[in-house]
Amino acid sequence: MLDLPILSLLIWLPIIGGLGVLIVGDRSGAKQFALGIALLTFVISLPLYTYFVPSTAEMQFVEFIPWVEAFKINYHLGVDGISMPLILLNTFITVMVVIAGWEVVTYRISQYMAAFLIMAGIVNGVFAALDAMLFYILFEAMLIPLFLIIGIWGGARRVYATIKFFLYTFFGSVFLLISLIYLYQLGGSFAVADLHKLPIDIIPQTLIFLSFLLAFGVKVPMWPVHTWLPDAHVEAPTGGSVILAAITLKVGGYAFLRFALPIVPDAAAQLDWLVILMSLTAVVYIGFVALVQQDMKKLVAYSSIAHMGFVTLGFFVIYGIAKNTLNISGAMNSAVLAIQGGMVQMVSHGFISGAMFLCIGVLYDRMHTRDINAYGGVANRMPTFAALYVLFAMANTGLPGTSGFVGEFMVILASFRASPWIAFAAATTLIVGAAYTLWLVKRVMFGEVKNAEVATLQDLGRREFWMLAILAAAVLLLGLWPQPLTDVMEVSIKNLLSQALQSKVCSGFAGGCP
Amino acid sequence: MEAIYLAIPLAPLFGAIAAGLFGKKIGRAGAHWVTILGVAVAFLLSVYVAYDVMGNGNSYNGTVYTWAVIADIRFEIGFMLDNLSTMMMLVVTFVSLMVHIYTIGYMHEDPGYQRFFSYISLFTFSMLMLVMSNNFLQLFFGWEAVGLVSYLLIGFWFKKDTAIYANMKAFLVNRVGDFGFLLGIAAVLLYCETLDYVQVFARIPQLSGANDFKVFEDTKWHIPTVIAILLFIGAMGKSAQVPLHVWLPDSMEGPTPISALIHAATMVTAGIFMVARMSPIFELSDTALNLILIIGATTAFFMGLIGIVQNDIKRVVAYSTLSQLGYMTVALGASAYSAGVFHLMTHAFFKALLFLAAGSVIIAMHHEQDIRKMGGLKKYMPITYWTSLIGSLALIGFPGFSGFFSKDLIIEAVHESHLWAAGYAYTLVLLGVFVTAFYSFRMFFLVFHGKERFDTHGHGHDDHGHHGHGDKPHESPWVVTVPLIALAIPSVFAGYLLDPMVVGSFFKNAIFVNDAAHGFDLGLKSWLSAHLAIEHMSAEYHGVMGFILHGLMAPPFWLAMAGLATAWFIYLKDDSLARWAYDKFRWLHTLLDRKYYLDDFNQNVFAKGSVSLGNGLWSFGERVMIDGFVVNGAAKAVGWFSGVMRHLQTGYLYHYAFSMVAGILLMLTWFLFF
Repeated sequence: MLDLPILSLLIWLPIIGGLGVLIVGDRSGAKQFALGIALLTFVISLPLYTYFVPSTAEMQFVEFIPWVEAFKINYHLGVDGISMPLILLNTFITVMVVIAGWEVVTYRISQYMAAFLIMAGIVNGVFAALDAMLFYILFEAMLIPLFLIIGIWGGARRVYATIKFFLYTFFGSVFLLISLIYLYQLGGSFAVADLHKLPIDIIPQTLIFLSFLLAFGVKVPMWPVHTWLPDAHVEAPTGGSVILAAITLKVGGYAFLRFALPIVPDAAAQLDWLVILMSLTAVVYIGFVALVQQDMKKLVAYSSIAHMGFVTLGFFVIYGIAKNTLNISGAMNSAVLAIQGGMVQMVSHGFISGAMFLCIGVLYDRMHTRDINAYGGVANRMPTFAALYVLFAMANTGLPGTSGFVGEFMVILASFRASPWIAFAAATTLIVGAAYTLWLVKRVMFGEVKNAEVATLQDLGRREFWMLAILAAAVLLLGLWPQPLTDVMEVSIKNLLSQALQSKVCSGFAGGCP
Repeated sequence: MEAIYLAIPLAPLFGAIAAGLFGKKIGRAGAHWVTILGVAVAFLLSVYVAYDVMGNGNSYNGTVYTWAVIADIRFEIGFMLDNLSTMMMLVVTFVSLMVHIYTIGYMHEDPGYQRFFSYISLFTFSMLMLVMSNNFLQLFFGWEAVGLVSYLLIGFWFKKDTAIYANMKAFLVNRVGDFGFLLGIAAVLLYCETLDYVQVFARIPQLSGANDFKVFEDTKWHIPTVIAILLFIGAMGKSAQVPLHVWLPDSMEGPTPISALIHAATMVTAGIFMVARMSPIFELSDTALNLILIIGATTAFFMGLIGIVQNDIKRVVAYSTLSQLGYMTVALGASAYSAGVFHLMTHAFFKALLFLAAGSVIIAMHHEQDIRKMGGLKKYMPITYWTSLIGSLALIGFPGFSGFFSKDLIIEAVHESHLWAAGYAYTLVLLGVFVTAFYSFRMFFLVFHGKERFDTHGHGHDDHGHHGHGDKPHESPWVVTVPLIALAIPSVFAGYLLDPMVVGSFFKNAIFVNDAAHGFDLGLKSWLSAHLAIEHMSAEYHGVMGFILHGLMAPPFWLAMAGLATAWFIYLKDDSLARWAYDKFRWLHTLLDRKYYLDDFNQNVFAKGSVSLGNGLWSFGERVMIDGFVVNGAAKAVGWFSGVMRHLQTGYLYHYAFSMVAGILLMLTWFLFF
């Protein structure tokens, strides 16, 4: 079992399967074929969890094939406790997305399914890549299927949204490429593990850090480089929104952990205030912006940005925590807690935002509008849907017992050690987050049936019900018992922390800079 | 034994799931049977556990499962069973059981019958998890879970605009409290490195001398004070203390059974319970205790005043609940935790009774809730009448009834307290006794005595059509009256537990009172949960009868009698006094009627302010600055630049030839001379 190249399978099976779907074309069976591929990918990803050894920070399931030997670029794959859960999240959400498009997409169905399958393969590669150049290539390749998904199956203003989305993210990644080339010049290797060990002076570190911040910050997205997201969400088809929110945003957060913190720790420590400020702005400012949205998708998109603020906050608050010398072992505990919180928040946000967008899709398929004012009293006609919707809304407000609580709770608890004021600002989400979410629920779900269209709504079909019910189960399970997730991440996060808190400026190294 | 502990919360949870997910399959009767069975099991097992814990002294503290372990921090779900938590379990499960039975009668025509039973069972589960917790994580879990169920139940009739406004308001105001509560938990974790009660309580005294809480670089605060105040903000939200009380009166939009269960007897007392549980923290901070005294006394008196001008039967009881919660809070502030918890228990019985009786009246009145349109119901509803009388007497603290013992104890305790806020608190709680008696019997007389002012013909909700309009009101069915009687019994007799519960050392392991900090001679006290007031009273205590006799001579009794008599005079004898007062003090009436303008303030400043802020950020920050100026601006700049550059591509051969020659010249110059 373990001899199988699982990671390669997870990358190439959906990509080749997606090409296969294209060949099958829009004949009957294309959907079934796509679902089969998605399910198979998910099943293949499960051994990553069951055979994972949580007691080591070493990379596991490693594959290594030299690729472009002239530049020492290798096809080098492997996972640790940080990337493995994200791969599982990806394969899981992909199944959901295929099911979500089942009866809804009628136009070029095979291409639609193929785009999502190829996307899944690429994202698996992004999370598994241990070679910086391989990472970069896949990181960019991710844009192509998304670009097509929004551009072909999107809404009325899809062209504006796709161009904006593409240029925005591409602009950020150009700097990433420059940084990676610089690092290669410096250390002679693209291997992520080598980059982690490479000593770099503080000024190049700072420049590299800023380029990382731009590249990954756009992906997360962080305030103020977030405005592509609401537009992209509004125009994207339901499946596109789900992938965008649940998976693509996670790539940004993951890249901060894999690249920014361990490669340029000194710069990160110096500029942590900037990232924390941006994160808190995302939490507070974006919360208020979400409050006044009239478009359901925009509201949830803004809420996504606010929730991702907790991820970056958790990752960067560790430097402030380490500075608090009240109790050294306690500081380590809190730092681990902060990163764990950010990671759990990523996984949880994958479930919740995915579910929220699926819910909006359910309504949109029936009413063909996302305008909140067009709804009202939906619970009268769709009681089962209302129950699930309220559950996801509550998860979105971070209610204990749902997954939304876990990450926020951990990050707030940990950041209190860095500064009570950071915790104070972050905890305002308890109020603001509840305000925009519950106001949405009130206007859409409750009240008398508002108009004739609402009066004709039908409750969930079987496909829709199971799709949402499975996500609901995931949200509750992670909320009631996060230990299976936190345990596999623990050692890798501790290892990451030791790298992130270790100075890499040349003077600190015996041999000096190479 | 662990299995039994676990079964207590899980039995109602099972009922909730069965009625909620499979409500259609098991039907209406199935839903109420399965949930009642679940709660009954929980109640009986609670009795058994209480017997074991209270009687045999077998307290328990253990883990159920590990939620997560992060580095060295263990987050666990576990139970702590001592006298305090088992008493709460008894109260919760008993009142819940009564409310479940009552609901069969009250909700029997409602289309959401199964959903309602599912919610109240879910509530019972959440509340049990809250009180049984042995750590802050689970406490917060239960804390928010009861808030969720409260949200669902206030908005149970989700077609009603007022109901869905009220439930959102309740949730958001509670979130303001939770905001402080969560930060308090974060502070606990920071300074104690654990969320387990026992370990926290062991470490917290070591922090009592430390003024280490860094607010800014140069400002440092006393750590236990910061923690205590943050936690108390949570209690203010949940237990509806001024200024976070605004949600509770509006919560009356929910069905009456849940007003009794959640918004009177159990959930709103969670804050009181929490502070009593955290007594080792609160005892270290006189600042926090003073704050608690002020907040509690303000709530007790000023909310009672509003009760006088309310005409909705449920709202009168709601304001009375606010006021009584204020009394409990005052007790906490005076370090008389056992008195506060004692009042919590007696209040749970008589207030649940009053609410359920109000519900019984509402059924008879075909969902009319205005007490000005009632009157003379005594002869039609004898059981409701007599049980209401018992509830009202208990509420005003008539000697011999349960409320008398607990309320007297609180007033005495405040009297004995040495904190500087105690004088303010004592004055207000004493005046509050008059107010309580006045509004309680105003309502009582208006509803049950005097002229029949109700309309026997006509209006009424269509869903209650077959009650027979035009008939005289009649007594409610047995499922309604039996819980009334069952609650009336402890409303009278629970007070006699004074002897073992407060005077004895009942809470000695659960409640900590820092006698040394309050200037006592440690040698005098024989048991830990003593505080000056209670110690003093125990010393002079000569049995329940002595306590009653003492009460008959104390000012609270005469104030209560005066309130009762005033209400009788104005509302049954001669209302010219009321008219005179109304004309003379119209401003006061308006002030009370507008609830001190606090709702208007919140609505205009916080609600509208947030929306305006959001609109401002959205239109200026998002659209003008980021998207308009930076993003689209960059796009325009590129467009402009390429527009300029385009002029270079003229297409004329001689332009290109000229630039080639010029370029070659430049390069030659460079290579030759540099």
